[in-house]
Amino acid sequence: MLEIENLTHAYGSGPLIVGGIDLRVEAGELVSIVGPSGCGKSTLLRCIAGLQRPSGGLVTKDGKVVEQVPDDLAVVFQDYSRSLFPWLSVRDNVALPLRRRGLKRAARHEAADQALESVGLAEAGSKYPWQLSGGMQQRASIARALAYRPTLLIMDEPFGSVDAQTREDLEDLLLSVRGNGGMTILLVTHDIDESVYVGDRVVVLTKSPTRVRADLRVGLPAKRDQITTRGLPEFVHLRAEVGRLVRGIGTPVQSAS
Amino acid sequence: MRKIQIVRGTIGVAGAVAVAELASRSGLVDPAALPAASTVLQRAAELTVDGEFLADVTDTLKAWLGGLALATLIALAAGLALGSTPWLGRASRIVVEFMRPIPSVALIPLAIVTFSSATQSKMALVCYAATWPILINTLYALRDVDPLAKETLRSFGFGPAAVLLRVNLPSIAPFVATGVRISASVGLVVVISTELVAGGEGIGSYLTETQSGGGRPDLMLAGAVWAGVLGLLINAVLVAAERRAFRWHTVRTGASA
Repeated sequence: MLEIENLTHAYGSGPLIVGGIDLRVEAGELVSIVGPSGCGKSTLLRCIAGLQRPSGGLVTKDGKVVEQVPDDLAVVFQDYSRSLFPWLSVRDNVALPLRRRGLKRAARHEAADQALESVGLAEAGSKYPWQLSGGMQQRASIARALAYRPTLLIMDEPFGSVDAQTREDLEDLLLSVRGNGGMTILLVTHDIDESVYVGDRVVVLTKSPTRVRADLRVGLPAKRDQITTRGLPEFVHLRAEVGRLVRGIGTPVQSAS
Repeated sequence: MRKIQIVRGTIGVAGAVAVAELASRSGLVDPAALPAASTVLQRAAELTVDGEFLADVTDTLKAWLGGLALATLIALAAGLALGSTPWLGRASRIVVEFMRPIPSVALIPLAIVTFSSATQSKMALVCYAATWPILINTLYALRDVDPLAKETLRSFGFGPAAVLLRVNLPSIAPFVATGVRISASVGLVVVISTELVAGGEGIGSYLTETQSGGGRPDLMLAGAVWAGVLGLLINAVLVAAERRAFRWHTVRTGASA
């Protein structure tokens, strides 16, 4: 699905931010990416999304080299209040990207309403983003991504700006769409528990210039819930392992790929 | 809240009228030079059925509206061109900063020589004066368009034209509207000043005519009252239109709605 070979990036003549990433992601996988703050995760995502041309290396999606934003890709940003357009209603926000799909207005609205319903916002379509709570706004931007039916969904710390309860709800929402229609998901997060809870794999990055420090397979059952899963020995073990790796202690492992 | 404002406004106007009335009635000022406020208001009321004065008002408003509309088009087009082409913006900065402070009134002789009709001269001068506030607002607003909003649209594969149309234009619209409102007041001052100097038709010419010969200060002041009322009405209409159209903006920036 996605192959990243020796990806490097530096802005202008600045220091190297991404120091050579190799990563392979299979179709339908949910890969959590964690790393120390400021390690270049967002830069890496922008290169994968085709929003930023990398200084070196290659990103290949479905066998095609990514040179601009691919057609079936969607990004969910952390800052939902800036990423949703305040002058459009929630429905129009969700429907807007569907113009790229060549859908007629009625079809766009229908798809938008369906997506809003799937994230529990059936009633919010005619409201404006700024009339919704933070968690609902992030649901709306997830709905916008889902309505677009991407094969690759990239999420850049999507739950970083919501309260703990909403965060858990959104994590479960993510689990419910995971593997849905073969959608591959890359989730960048700074929350170690979250990376394990939602991921099929956890990729730990080193500090800048970032490289892959470890690639761990999450051996948790597909069906997960906030209480039981977080109490499983595998969860507790992995969380500690990832925590050590992010802090730069512990032995790098390559259990996956 | 609105009601209190109206009450306060009414008290203010009544107070000012009372002071003016008292000043002439008490002999503090020569009533021949400054007629009593009640007389001026009576004349102002009579002017609403004076066909000649109404024709003057129409003439003034025509030149004002034409100049303002033209200025909006020019400033928006120039602003978009200068704002989205960095080198063009830098190159034009000094020219803009040089031309902006030139008072339109100083250009009246030039306009009279250049244009054959008085209406054209007035329109051109209004256009000149009204262009700057709109242009400056457009430029600053373009600089402040949220990069994440643009990035969001790009991440769905939209190109530069779509970003301009669907992110830049809606983002800058409230600021452009404020520029138009400022320019509307400036334009009214310019059009009446031009009529005062250049003659022809219009409120300004009416003011000059009522001053000439023996002079009718009561009629002149009544004309000036209508000039003030026009300015007030234009501002009120534009403020109301802005509030309606850009509710998303006023709510987000925390301005009182």
